[in-house]
Amino acid sequence: MMKIEAIIQPSRFESVKDALREIGIEGMTVTEVRGHGRQKGHTEVYRGREYTVDLLPKIKLEMVLPDALANRVVDTILKTAKTGKIGDGKIFLSRVEEAIRIRNEERGENAL
Amino acid sequence: MKCVGWKCSFRLVLVLGAVLLAAVPLSAQQPPVSPAAPAATASAPTPEMHKAVTDKLAQLDKDVKAAQSAGDNAWMLTSAALVLMMTGPGLALFYGGLVRRKNTLAIMMQSFALMALITVLWALVGYSLCFGGNGPVIGSFEHAFLKGVGADPNPDYAGTIPQATFMVYQLMFAIITPALITGATAERMKFSGTVLFMTLWFLVVYAPLAHMVWGKGGLLNAVGGRFPCLDFAGGTVVHISSGVSALVCALYMGKRTGYPKVPMPPHSLVLSFIGACLLWVGWFGFNAGSALAASSLATSAFVATHFAAAAAALGWSAAEWLKNGRASALGAISGAVAGLVAITPASGFVGPMPALAIGLIAGVVCYLMVTKIKAIFGYDDALDAFGVHGAGGTIGALLTGVFAQTVINPIFGADKPAGGLDGHWGQVGNQLVGVLIAWGFALLGTILILKITDMITGVRVSEEHESDGLDITQHGEEAYNLES
Repeated sequence: MMKIEAIIQPSRFESVKDALREIGIEGMTVTEVRGHGRQKGHTEVYRGREYTVDLLPKIKLEMVLPDALANRVVDTILKTAKTGKIGDGKIFLSRVEEAIRIRNEERGENAL
Repeated sequence: MKCVGWKCSFRLVLVLGAVLLAAVPLSAQQPPVSPAAPAATASAPTPEMHKAVTDKLAQLDKDVKAAQSAGDNAWMLTSAALVLMMTGPGLALFYGGLVRRKNTLAIMMQSFALMALITVLWALVGYSLCFGGNGPVIGSFEHAFLKGVGADPNPDYAGTIPQATFMVYQLMFAIITPALITGATAERMKFSGTVLFMTLWFLVVYAPLAHMVWGKGGLLNAVGGRFPCLDFAGGTVVHISSGVSALVCALYMGKRTGYPKVPMPPHSLVLSFIGACLLWVGWFGFNAGSALAASSLATSAFVATHFAAAAAALGWSAAEWLKNGRASALGAISGAVAGLVAITPASGFVGPMPALAIGLIAGVVCYLMVTKIKAIFGYDDALDAFGVHGAGGTIGALLTGVFAQTVINPIFGADKPAGGLDGHWGQVGNQLVGVLIAWGFALLGTILILKITDMITGVRVSEEHESDGLDITQHGEEAYNLES
């Protein structure tokens, strides 16, 4: 099983979600987050005082998938989340050892 | 002016005119007395007819006065309500949005507490200290506990409305003035200290200044004062006094912890935006109401007020646009408030064109005050009470001396010029004296009161409380309970 964490532009979120649903992804966890990579923030000016805002709002998607699906999901996210500008975000993949469904204690890929 | 001799004579002319007008059809309606040849019968009016006409005239005189009083009273009660709306919710929202989230309720509560506190003080002694007696510096205890303040007009101030209306209208000014100071002490002043400071400040600074400028026999009263100072609606009494006191408070208390390194952006400009719009509307009661009658002078002040606010919003925005490449919402609303401040003393003395000029100048100067001058001196006037009210009030007071027009308000007499451009440049000197006295009074009074307050309750919260926020530490509640 693979865990996919994708940090994307908030403006791309709806498209990414729709595309993932089309390829049959049923579940995901979404968080509104703030952060920055190479993208610079912006400055705000209030009555002459400048504030640099360098933590920008992003959306974080988390999914745990059977190995076979992982590549397709990564491709889909790449295709739909990309605007070509700095600040498009990143995708992280990691291996998951176990998954358990709380309701009936199913384990492994059955629990996904 | 709050009390003006010219207005009394103006009223007299009005009443006489109305009586005359009423009398003409009256004589025409007496066909048996004056038939086709009036000259023949005019020589023999019977005593009964004479009495009937006199009675009728007296009745008409009474009716005209009652009608005028009703009109004036309606406008003045409306104005009083509008001015209260400037403090709550106007100023409370304006300031509330500018502070950080953790101090929202505290700053709103300061405005609200003043609505209650000053009202009670006003009833006990405040009104009397401002408008009782005829001393040069402070009023008397003549009207303490509102003795003698009822339905009868007080001809010294407003001869056509019940004195109780005048009293409650003036109260609203006394409420907003100390509330303006809380902009400088925001995010770090104890609530107990605020209550004590404001009580003393109202008695020691506001009451004497109000009496000096507006009170009968006052040193700076435009009519009969030693230095006749033009202040239609409170440029010196309200804005210079609060603005300068605000600067003293900011210097005495020191900067907020972390200022200017830690970012302290406004937590909700939406609140500030609504507040500023309410202030703009409320200001019509403040300035046009200061005519103390539903008169053409009230209209003139209303118009001047509106035009100055608009020009100042444009002035501040343009300055900001040139400097930053953008016009911000906060800049536009701050500019409007600065223009409203600056037009306050001038509103009943100038026409629309000078009002545009005063607004534009105030918008640009106040922008420079809060962005440049504050940065150069490094004081932490948290919400720019001094930069907007102190600076705007001073500019407005001086420009009133320049622009006042006899054609708008013949304050010194119909044939005498009012301001500099009218040909009376000495008025700018009088305005300067008024400004200096108000500055000096506010400066010394506030230092003294801060020392006393510091000894009794303390002025500033601990660093820990400041960091936790005043909502929790001073009031035990939070403005936003997002989880609940």
